[in-house]
Amino acid sequence: MSKKYIGQAVTRLDAYDKATGRTKYTDDMCDKGALVIRVLHSQVANGIVKKIDTSEACKVPGVVRIFTCFDVEEKHYFPTAGHPWSTDPSHQDIADRLVLTDRPLFYGDDIGAVVAEDEVAAAQALRILEKSVEYEELPFVLDAQEAMKDGAPLLHEKYPNNVLAHTEIHMGNVEEAIKEPGLTKVEGWYETQPVQHCHIENFVCYAYGEGDRTVIVTSTQIPHIVRRVVGQATGMDWGKFRVIKPYVGGGFGNKQDVLYEPLTAWISIKLGGRLVKLDVPREETFISNRIRHAIRYHIVSWMRPDGSFAARTFRAWCNNGAYSSHGHAIAAKGLNAFPQLYPCDNIDGETWTVYTNRSVAGAMRGYGMPQASYAMECHAEDCARAMGMDPLEFRRKYLMPVGFFHAFSKNELYSDTFNQCFDKGAEIIDYYNKVKKYKNQTGDIRRGIAVSTFWYNTAVYPIALETSSCRIVMNQDGSVQFQLGETEIGQGADTVAAQMIADTIGMPLSMVHPVSCQDTDVTPFGTGVYASRGTYTLGFSVRQTALLLKEKILEAAHQFTRMPVYNLDVVDGVIVRTTDGRELMTLGELALEKLYTTDGSQHLTAESTYQIKSNAYSFGCCFAEVEVDIPMCRVRLLNIVNVHDCGQVINPMLAEGQVHGGMSMGIGYALSEKLMWDEKTGRPLNNNLLDYKMSSFMDHPRLIGTFVENYEPTSAYGTKGLGEPPTCPVAPAIRNAIGEATGLYINELPLSPHTLFREFTEAGLINDSFAE
Amino acid sequence: MAKQYKVVHCRINGKEVEQVVDVRASLTDMLRNDFRLTSVKKGCEVGECGACTVIINDEGFNSCIYLAVWAEGKDIWTLEGLTSPEGELSDIQQAFIDEGAIQCGFCSPGFIMTSWEILRSGREYTDDELRKALSGHLCRCTGYENIFRAVKKTMLRRLGKFEEAEKVNSQGITDYPEPMPFK
Repeated sequence: MSKKYIGQAVTRLDAYDKATGRTKYTDDMCDKGALVIRVLHSQVANGIVKKIDTSEACKVPGVVRIFTCFDVEEKHYFPTAGHPWSTDPSHQDIADRLVLTDRPLFYGDDIGAVVAEDEVAAAQALRILEKSVEYEELPFVLDAQEAMKDGAPLLHEKYPNNVLAHTEIHMGNVEEAIKEPGLTKVEGWYETQPVQHCHIENFVCYAYGEGDRTVIVTSTQIPHIVRRVVGQATGMDWGKFRVIKPYVGGGFGNKQDVLYEPLTAWISIKLGGRLVKLDVPREETFISNRIRHAIRYHIVSWMRPDGSFAARTFRAWCNNGAYSSHGHAIAAKGLNAFPQLYPCDNIDGETWTVYTNRSVAGAMRGYGMPQASYAMECHAEDCARAMGMDPLEFRRKYLMPVGFFHAFSKNELYSDTFNQCFDKGAEIIDYYNKVKKYKNQTGDIRRGIAVSTFWYNTAVYPIALETSSCRIVMNQDGSVQFQLGETEIGQGADTVAAQMIADTIGMPLSMVHPVSCQDTDVTPFGTGVYASRGTYTLGFSVRQTALLLKEKILEAAHQFTRMPVYNLDVVDGVIVRTTDGRELMTLGELALEKLYTTDGSQHLTAESTYQIKSNAYSFGCCFAEVEVDIPMCRVRLLNIVNVHDCGQVINPMLAEGQVHGGMSMGIGYALSEKLMWDEKTGRPLNNNLLDYKMSSFMDHPRLIGTFVENYEPTSAYGTKGLGEPPTCPVAPAIRNAIGEATGLYINELPLSPHTLFREFTEAGLINDSFAE
Repeated sequence: MAKQYKVVHCRINGKEVEQVVDVRASLTDMLRNDFRLTSVKKGCEVGECGACTVIINDEGFNSCIYLAVWAEGKDIWTLEGLTSPEGELSDIQQAFIDEGAIQCGFCSPGFIMTSWEILRSGREYTDDELRKALSGHLCRCTGYENIFRAVKKTMLRRLGKFEEAEKVNSQGITDYPEPMPFK
């Protein structure tokens, strides 16, 4: 295989279209005659809808129909997580949603829908309708640990104490181990906050009838899963739905859930297949799509005088919101990571995923690891300090060692990734000099520098199915189209797949064309993109399929040149005789001849599925340097460097972009983002982009994202996960840097002025005369 | 509530047009629905995210909070107007491509229009000024880093500072100025 394109900063294939504005996203493709759907959301945090009087709202000119929860005659409960389906019922996601419900479990739950000729009519009707709902209000609970108490409001009858799931791990014997003399106990509570994905394209979809089926065009990461779930939600055969995915304006895991496709399809069917569109307003995206779980952690370590761990315990309470979505998988991922990142013989760990009357938490970039990394890396810092050790040296000494093998996942740490990443990052940010320089500071303005790492893996094997399918079709001129189940959502999946195909077949990249718009009628089956799996999983099916096609190309070349296949190769789109390097014919000549020959005409195509039975660690680190203005309770991020080992970097420009984006999301998570609810009413307080502070252009220093490359031996092209890892280490690095600057190590996110004011006041760093 | 309509006359991407609009419609609605200029994106529809930015009489506006009827007599440019009729890109569009400033692409049209407005001034902005001038746009994919690089490079090139422009590199860590001096 040539390596002409792999490893090169190839311009993304959709860049021209995106730079000229001609890229079509879901809403751009919808006919403007579409009827507009607006969802009637619950305005109580927990209750029963007794009645919805639609008579006034129906009178608004332009209103076509109003559906309420009482119109849902057949109750087909459905799951929403973008997980591969399991034919084993015990591994299936919890089916707890209805298209519309009369038993709202959070402020923003879906209890009705207006269908109108235009947005203004829909909005007017919705305002009237909101005042026409009679609820029986019930007590609600917003905190996970409160929800577990006896007597707390129960959300789902099958789940006593609101516990969706509780799992434990036990290794060795903690009780015995802590009897060892001379141990130091380090204990901490770490609190992470709910945040939202904030992709700039809100979720939008539309549906219409075609023949006896329904077509759904939607902004999703998971078209094939959407088709299955819409079938489940309507009680119809899955093949009755065709799901089309145009370009997507960001997903970050929110669009790894089935959102409003079932409701939109259901409404279209109820209206005889009329074209209906649901474009979710930003305010509703915040509360009625998905959010990232708030997780509370309690970690205890017993350490020997040399800093090694004698025993450790880990407990986590994961606030899942009102419905299961991804269920326990997110909390479980952190629990799974805990004994691996800093191995220890004696570990007790347990985690609870708990229903509360808040917005539904689902997948969001990092899948539980931004939270768990925060807890684990705050705690690692606390452990190092308790033992008087340098935090970076502590990590080098006690992190997962090279050769570590994880029996369940079969993951192995093949390279000295952690140290290589630390070395590179430390040099770029000048870590060691700055640590010295920032010792013993006084005054109002202080600086600090610190590091954090994280645990991550690639893909979902062996927890769930990993499968990837690819089809490559050759044209008359020898160029090809390819289709994949892995979706392009902005990360650059199409481009890296094209690079792989060009190198594997041996043809110019300009002759490789992605079919970016997916369509479940024609795209080979695939589960979409999530779990940082895309480049890794698609690599297997791309390679297998490209080699199948190459085999057919060489067979045809044999037919036309009489040369034996083993003396032939394809180089730069030309059939070459390898024995003397002579160019025999171009791919274009071959393809044309093969299609139009009167002796064995054939259309050159290949299609195959690869089921992946491996996974790969994907590690890295973040160094952060901050300046803290103590009286102002403000943190200025001065420098930040992320270093990642994602194996072979297929496209450095796209990979760097992934790291930048993840870092940015991590900065917001660390310093400013927090979705809030009113404790008295359960109403969301800041579900808009003004009051919810995602990081803007002004909040960043220069972002430096870079790599060490250790070829991943399990991978088709040496690559492994990168989509999510960059987000994971940022918040703990910033927290640790603030600690280095001020001496205060704060175990709560975000580290906004509000949090710092409280902490600085309590610690006596600032005068508390303003506190009253 | 009877609908009210009005005829609006304006110039869009250099072409004189007239259009009947609902008086309640936003300029975003008019450009997207009536002219199919779908580069004008809807991200929040209340002026928070900047995705719908267009240039009106040489100044950038969030078209989602600009009524269509206010467009009367105005000169409006959208991203579609930056590409030449033969498909040739403007320098700033090309820079967005070359610097990897585009990922999902949803915020890109707005960003490019504001960049275009900034660059038209012919001024040399400091890094802080550039960041501030671009801060009306939100992006969740890029961390703004490569967008900054694309705009700064184009600015320097337009000012004839080609060598300086080439130094604005992704991993050229050494040429990055120290943050403000440590007190």
